[in-house]
Amino acid sequence: MSEYPISDSDQEPEELAPMLLPLDSWHRDRGGRMVEFAGYMMPVQYEGIMAEHLWTRENAGLFDVSHMGQLLVSGEEGAQTDVEPALEAALPIDLSTLKLGAVRYSLLLDENGGILDDLMVARWPGGFYLVVNGATKWDDIGTLREYLPDDVTLNHLDDRALLALQGPKAFAALERVAEGEYPLSALTFMKGGRFTLGGVDAWISRSGYTGEDGFEISIPGDSAAEVADLLLSQPEVKPIGLGARDSLRLEAGLPLYGHDMDPDRGPVEAGLAFGINKRRRLEGGFPGAERVQRDFAEGTAQKRIGLKLEGRQAAREGAKVFHGEQEVGVVTSGGFSPSLQHPIAMAYVDAALAADGTALSIEIRGKKLDATVAAMPFVPNRYHR
Amino acid sequence: MTRYFSQEHEWLEVEGDLGTVGITDYAQGQLGDITFVDLPEAGATFGKGDSVAVVDSVKAASDVYTPVSGTIAEVNAALGDEPELVNTDAEVGGWLFRITLSDASELSGLMDEAAYKDYVDSL
Repeated sequence: MSEYPISDSDQEPEELAPMLLPLDSWHRDRGGRMVEFAGYMMPVQYEGIMAEHLWTRENAGLFDVSHMGQLLVSGEEGAQTDVEPALEAALPIDLSTLKLGAVRYSLLLDENGGILDDLMVARWPGGFYLVVNGATKWDDIGTLREYLPDDVTLNHLDDRALLALQGPKAFAALERVAEGEYPLSALTFMKGGRFTLGGVDAWISRSGYTGEDGFEISIPGDSAAEVADLLLSQPEVKPIGLGARDSLRLEAGLPLYGHDMDPDRGPVEAGLAFGINKRRRLEGGFPGAERVQRDFAEGTAQKRIGLKLEGRQAAREGAKVFHGEQEVGVVTSGGFSPSLQHPIAMAYVDAALAADGTALSIEIRGKKLDATVAAMPFVPNRYHR
Repeated sequence: MTRYFSQEHEWLEVEGDLGTVGITDYAQGQLGDITFVDLPEAGATFGKGDSVAVVDSVKAASDVYTPVSGTIAEVNAALGDEPELVNTDAEVGGWLFRITLSDASELSGLMDEAAYKDYVDSL
């Protein structure tokens, strides 16, 4: 047998030994099966992807996402440059409406409007806190450094770990152990604040990558094991690996960088235009603005869509999509949906064929399987707004 | 009946010139939850090492290679409704296909159970 595992296509080609994250031995001690991902050893599963996926949908799952890049953009003392306009010149985000503690989705674009990464931006008292993808973080730092004026400071918070607690019981579990100036219930979807967890200082935001209510928790790396233990000791919580993280985000309709978006795709065709608000669309003034404005005005040749497949055979990344005999697109992510018990996929297809209900087919091993364009998310979001 | 194993983690049980093929318990454990098995057509002919079937798990699709050359005699129809049999009963009820061997001398290149166990332990 040969396996095509979940791979990170954006990994650097050099044969570097994978790095270890603060919770490496914590995962191994709890039965995590470790694989290389984004240059790090990461747990792909514990008891099994299906069980972990369903547990997260019904209870609360604890994910280690410490491979992701945590960055802080701030002003130097006495600097001439205001950080806010400098960051707006680098990202197509409207910071004028981003309140203290609020979190917003944004995109890092190249000069041609191709997607270099997707990221979260939060307003902290001393600057802007960014979370970028693990596989792209080194390139992102280079790009941001190039986009930002020299007197704006870009710190890589590489001494911090990042956990995610996701699922309908995540709030109950976290509330029991979180202490702060205000209750955890003060956080609604895409809001964050400072708390302590068992005495450890934490930045907690109500956000995630599963479509469920949940939280992302940034803590010092050297306290990660004690915080993970505290969370895992809650009866609602089990550790969840990267495998279920991928199937959960696919059901939630959330694209994965390097697969469902890359530098060859722009935000409009990727269906990520919601990340660029009206003021920035109109005013431009960010890398790639010309292409984004043109795509908004003229539309794009292709669009990212969801597909629901008949039967049980899953379509994987790279499978060709057909309309009748004509090739009209390509699958960028696909798998069997544990919650829905049938295969689902994301694909780019000709814009004229992107309407929900359109009958298409996907070629898998020389056979064409029926697929129907379906609205995303495939499984309804349950964010706490 | 003699049971053989391949380095690709298939098992092959031979009775006369008929071989029954599945994936090993070790292999199913590595793959995780199996959601679909794509099986060959009865009557199709394959050479040793050809990809004959695909086992889909939540995370990946994996080829299954035939450890011997021959003609497909039968496939395990029960896997259509219950692909998870490959997880729960990999080396008995979760068999994938039966193949009529065309060259029994190929068996000498396969491992016995003890050798396969040593091989897995070395991985």
